[in-house]
Amino acid sequence: MVAMEQSVLCRDLNKEFGSGDMRTLALRGVDLEVHPGQMTLLVGPSGCGKTTLISIIAGLLYPTSGEVTVLGQPLNRMRNGNLIAFRGKEIGFVFQQYNLLPALTAAENAAVPLLIAGWPRAKAVEKAKSVLASVGLANRVNSFPRQLSGGQEQRVAIARALVHEPRLLVCDEPTAALDAQSGQTVMELLRKVAVQPDRAVIVVTHDNRVLKFGDRIVTMSDGRIERIEGRT
Amino acid sequence: MSWIALKMLMGDRAKFLGLIFGVTFATLLMTQQISIFVGIIKRTASQIVDVRDADIWVMDNKVRYIDEVPGLPDMDLHRVRGVRGVAWAVRLYKGQVRARLPDGNFRNLILFGLDDATLVGAPKEMLAGDLADLRRPDAVIIDKAGYEYMWPGEPWVLGRELELNDRRAVLVGVCKASAPFTTLPILYTRYSSASGFVPKERHLMTFIMAQPEEGHTSSEVCRRIEAQTELQALTRDEFFGKTVRYFLSSTGIPVNFGITIGLGFIVGAAITGQTFYLFTIENLKQFGALKAMGVSNLRLIGMILTQGLVVGLLGYGIGLGLTAAFFEATSGITHLAGLYMTFDAAIGVGAAVLVIIMLTALLSIRRVLVLEPAVVFR
Repeated sequence: MVAMEQSVLCRDLNKEFGSGDMRTLALRGVDLEVHPGQMTLLVGPSGCGKTTLISIIAGLLYPTSGEVTVLGQPLNRMRNGNLIAFRGKEIGFVFQQYNLLPALTAAENAAVPLLIAGWPRAKAVEKAKSVLASVGLANRVNSFPRQLSGGQEQRVAIARALVHEPRLLVCDEPTAALDAQSGQTVMELLRKVAVQPDRAVIVVTHDNRVLKFGDRIVTMSDGRIERIEGRT
Repeated sequence: MSWIALKMLMGDRAKFLGLIFGVTFATLLMTQQISIFVGIIKRTASQIVDVRDADIWVMDNKVRYIDEVPGLPDMDLHRVRGVRGVAWAVRLYKGQVRARLPDGNFRNLILFGLDDATLVGAPKEMLAGDLADLRRPDAVIIDKAGYEYMWPGEPWVLGRELELNDRRAVLVGVCKASAPFTTLPILYTRYSSASGFVPKERHLMTFIMAQPEEGHTSSEVCRRIEAQTELQALTRDEFFGKTVRYFLSSTGIPVNFGITIGLGFIVGAAITGQTFYLFTIENLKQFGALKAMGVSNLRLIGMILTQGLVVGLLGYGIGLGLTAAFFEATSGITHLAGLYMTFDAAIGVGAAVLVIIMLTALLSIRRVLVLEPAVVFR
């Protein structure tokens, strides 16, 4: 039984891709704890295994070996159907390229996780509008993605990630496609809105300018965790 | 999720319209060509269908279709009348003659010589003149399309004269008749007049039209006639089928139409398949995001099928509408009149469109199913 102090607990996590001569070790014995109420930044050079680790924590990939427990659930032993349902209910995603649906308005985009959960459309969009207001987009709820700036699109993506009140938020390079000012705004917003006492936030980033927003900074190198800085 | 699927589909207007165009094109081409094919093939036996007052056709036992019929001796008529179960039997001539017009022009015609007493086989609907006038000397009745072919653009004038085998024939009426395969005018006259209009042959009677007595089926009487006379006796449906089968097996019509129909299917499938596949590829990141956010494969399949079915229904509906509009627009053209969109063609093409949509959707579904949700982080 895992103590609920940790939102994420990884033990001796390994991940291999390919086989034979093409075999690549993306993760090599990773041990990691992520706590609720904190923003954990995952940093490191390209190819160090950040994306693989975040994909396993988010339930998008199975590890080759090791244990990964998220919100008390052993993801590596979960069947795919349960894993999909778990992701839909408990995890929010913010992607580097936003991945908004171009045909939907900001409010409709933000409502997608609720629609996936089976909410009636009108009710889901109403709730999405209130979340969009909390990220400063009350006046853009009916705008389409093409009518928004990059920073605004990322704020819609954050609203989408939070609308169903997940207990784990996973952000992949949320500032990479933004200018410095928009990147700062997005990180301040994540800090202010996303970090809650019962929610853990993991941010993968290359951007040194955002390191100040993290409670803990996990540095990875060559598939291993090199060091962890900040409070535990 | 269907709502999101439809929003995704209609959000990309160019591809959405391209998809509908592909299905519409396939539907239009296939339905129109199948309907014309069915119409033309039915025309090969249209004169059999037009004779509604006798159920049994008796002819030489080597006849393969209605347009290739040798004469029968008059004695055969009496032999048929003598078969048990035959209520009545009358003679009928059908053949081709050449008519010369007063201005020197000449036209080939299909000539029907009807039994003088009963006029069995006469047209059922007169558009000008009276059927009874056929009893006047040298009287002939022509079908509407034939009149327009013989005297294009001219109003209906009864009393016109033409020469058939150097004999005078007088037009006493214009009737409605199903279009023949060859689009030749159809001329009706009495059997006795036909004997003068047709170059001499030893036997003039080409068919014996008979009706079964009450209590006897047409098929049963046909078999009895064949057994007793060694002639070929067929019900209307049997003779229709025999004639149609001859044209299907002995002409290039099915192959030519088949090629066009096949091309319609292939081109429609190619346009729709390619566009739908491209649409899916371009939305792969979005599908990946939906997968990551908790949409199961089953629901993604449902989304893609919804998109496919909506495109299919719209394209099919528009295609059918355009086909109907085509036949409506051409209904006034004499040589195209009587061709119409058949129910069977609409149903068959509907099934073909469903196959196109399913094949197309399968390609896209396969691509989405093998998609790793982790692709959203790459």
